[in-house]
Amino acid sequence: MRNEVLVAITSDRDVVLARQTGRSMATELGLSKSEATLLATAISEVARNIVEYVGNGQILLCIVNLNGMEGIKVVASDSGPGIENVEMALQDGQSSGGRLGLGLPGARRLMDEFHMVSEIGEGTTVTMTKWKGPRRG
Amino acid sequence: MQQDDVTLMQEPNTEDGNSCLPELVSHLRDSRTQLREEWAQRITDAQLLGAMSEEEIFSEVTSVFDKYVDTLETGSVESLQEYAEDLSERIIPRGVETHEVLGIVLLLRDVLARSLFQKYQEDFKLFNRVLDAYEPAANRIAVIVGVSFVHERERVIGQQQATIRELSTPVLQVRERLLALPIIGELDSQRAGQLTEQLLNAVRSNRARVVVIDITGVPAVDKNVANHLVQTVRACRLMGAAVLVTGLSSDIARTLVTLGVDLSMMDTVGDLQGGIEEAERLLGYEVRKAPIATPEAKG
Amino acid sequence: MPVPILKQGPYLVASIQDALSDREVLELQENLLKQIGEVRASGIIVDVTAMDVIDSFASRSLRTVALTTRLRGAEMVIVGIQPDVAFAMVQFGLLMDDVNTALDLEEGLEFLDSWIAGRTFDDEE
Repeated sequence: MRNEVLVAITSDRDVVLARQTGRSMATELGLSKSEATLLATAISEVARNIVEYVGNGQILLCIVNLNGMEGIKVVASDSGPGIENVEMALQDGQSSGGRLGLGLPGARRLMDEFHMVSEIGEGTTVTMTKWKGPRRG
Repeated sequence: MQQDDVTLMQEPNTEDGNSCLPELVSHLRDSRTQLREEWAQRITDAQLLGAMSEEEIFSEVTSVFDKYVDTLETGSVESLQEYAEDLSERIIPRGVETHEVLGIVLLLRDVLARSLFQKYQEDFKLFNRVLDAYEPAANRIAVIVGVSFVHERERVIGQQQATIRELSTPVLQVRERLLALPIIGELDSQRAGQLTEQLLNAVRSNRARVVVIDITGVPAVDKNVANHLVQTVRACRLMGAAVLVTGLSSDIARTLVTLGVDLSMMDTVGDLQGGIEEAERLLGYEVRKAPIATPEAKG
Repeated sequence: MPVPILKQGPYLVASIQDALSDREVLELQENLLKQIGEVRASGIIVDVTAMDVIDSFASRSLRTVALTTRLRGAEMVIVGIQPDVAFAMVQFGLLMDDVNTALDLEEGLEFLDSWIAGRTFDDEE
């Protein structure tokens, strides 16, 4: 199993590819079906944001291991115009001019860790992790 | 009396003690038949291991005796420890208690000490040296057996707790297409998630149309618990199953609404029985009392 | 590959075969709304059993079809949402309270049949 996969995001087909790659990595690592679906759904949202608002970017999927916990980390980055108010973008129902809306706050709820940084004129990076739950067979 | 707690866990390390060990071991081996019978007898007299038959006790006694003497001889505890763990695994499910295990190990210690006394009573100085060798080793063995037993017991209890957690949210099929989920105990996020997953899979595999979730057994229904419930209801609905929640008192419901929990999605019925009756109605069942056959009707 | 839409009695049945890209979701949306007018269907069943995820875009699109269908005097029912997908949708906060759902195709057909039966009954009243 590869520990790291980089998916270039340029079209809506890549959104599907990114989430399917994430899901298969999660399943191989032993995450439950539900956990894998939560991860795939969150990847779908951040990937769509790239396609819709920036046009292109990339998603890095990697297996992480911390204090005996295993999980999948997703780093979605673009070199777009950036988001002025990150806090606001993560609030429910907030969409600056049709932007973002439900996507990011929803994705944050699906993941165990979620972090977003954005620089105006530089781009946006979302880093999020889904850990393998306890007592999964 | 030579009692020294500090040496309890130490190997016999005095020169005298070491030189006595081989003699002591060979004495115990020579008296094997008599000693283990005596030990088994004392176990029975003390009414220990009541859950086991006399044959079983004798067979275990023989094994433990041999391992015990081996351990005294070599100072290596691994084989005894392994046996103790294996023995614990076998006797714990039969209800053998910690005090019984400690009791039988201490009885063996006593039986052996008496036998040593009998052999060396003529020479008190030698007897003391033999005890110097014997006591630390014997105490160490007692500790190992006791600790192995307790560890094994803790492991079994941990396993049982996990099973209880899973069993505590049993999804019951009441009728075709009708599931009931009586939730008992605290409902935290982790358990709520597990429970929802379990229920959704059951909806799929039982092709359920109606689910009755009874929360009478949930001690505190606060905002979090209510939100978990709302999510579970929504998820079931997405799969095409209607949910009735029972056991939510109107007082609590009012409090939750005041706290801003949206219960509009939740259909509630007073108690579990009422919920199941309502569910049956939704499924198109008509529940009627069967006519009671009277003696006249028979004739 | 576009999602096949079959006419079954008075209903249209769309069976999604695989994960859908956003464009394919939009195509499905358009085709359903076009066909419901053309064939005067009284109901739509969208079978999502094969969908790997239903995210905000997919759910919004499906909901749009459902509400538009209703404005045309017909009903839509989504069938086959898998347990893990339903769990993720709820965790996400995707609300579809005003959309009909059923376990599978068979249940969906039954739902629409009884909906039509109810409607006829109302008309007679």
